Amino acid sequence: MSKFKKKAVVKQDIPTSSMPDVVFMLLFFFMVTTELRETSIEVMQRIPEATQLRKLQRKSLVANLFIGEPKKTEQYGKEPKIQADDVFIEPKDIIRWVNEQKSKLAENERDQLTVSLKVDTEAKRGIIADVETELRKGNARKLLYTTMEKKKDERI
Amino acid sequence: MARSTPEIPNASMADIAFLLLTFFLVTTTIANDRGLSIQLPPPLDPNQPIVEFQQHNLFTIQVNSSDALLVEGEPMDDVSGLKEQIKKFILNRGADKELSDSPEKAIVTYKTDRGTSHKRFVQVLDIIQNAYYDIWAEQAGVTNARYREAASDLSSGTNKEIYEKGRKGVPMAISIAEPTKVGG
Repeated sequence: MSKFKKKAVVKQDIPTSSMPDVVFMLLFFFMVTTELRETSIEVMQRIPEATQLRKLQRKSLVANLFIGEPKKTEQYGKEPKIQADDVFIEPKDIIRWVNEQKSKLAENERDQLTVSLKVDTEAKRGIIADVETELRKGNARKLLYTTMEKKKDERI
Repeated sequence: MARSTPEIPNASMADIAFLLLTFFLVTTTIANDRGLSIQLPPPLDPNQPIVEFQQHNLFTIQVNSSDALLVEGEPMDDVSGLKEQIKKFILNRGADKELSDSPEKAIVTYKTDRGTSHKRFVQVLDIIQNAYYDIWAEQAGVTNARYREAASDLSSGTNKEIYEKGRKGVPMAISIAEPTKVGG
């Protein structure tokens, strides 16, 4: 009889039976959080940072306007442009755009429409002010400058 | 008699799930609807009489086309003290003759140029709103973050209570003036 016992055979397989469950869980997470984008954004979107953020509760009441330098500068030039849905619009078209957005909402919710301005950091104030003037005329006065969250002590 | 039990092969289940997972991973954009919220004034009415405000009730912040800051007529390089300055202005309640008479009368005017970058605009607006939210949160006896959370969702009773308590007597009067046309 030997002094040393033969080493027990250790099973080295990782149990894989729960793998589909794990994957499904991840899948459901992404399915719930995902938001399919109907439009591709054609302007630069380096979103600025701020600390005093407010969250919008109801997504259905939000309409997005993207402002920034076009990605295809050789085609559209370097001047910042306004993108609504999937087309570039001029400030004068904004009233019509606002009315379109309002008509999508129920009548009693139309005054709650919030316009979310997703503006590139390098865009100038001029174009944004033009947009704001038109929004005032179109009576869409709830505005949100979309920003990222910044850690407090990083402030310059 | 041996009866064969019907079975669905489930070995490929993980593969299918992975495929779907990859699809959603690629197409996903986590919703980001957070930012600085403001309310625009109603459209300009030409018949509206021009209201004059007393100079000491106005706190003027100006940014020019090269993003330089002018606060109450003084150039400012370091914005770290701006928030406290605004808070002092709002909560002055007539103590200093140069500052506001009362929080209701205090107005922060913010004027930019057409050439001011959006980054700078947001940075300064953030500071102004920070001053107001700090005051409101203090009045409501909660933290700044909690107050903003409550203000974002007024559907619950406690949130509404906090919101109303905080902003009582201190309206957020930020006037964003039409930008000047030097740059841009």
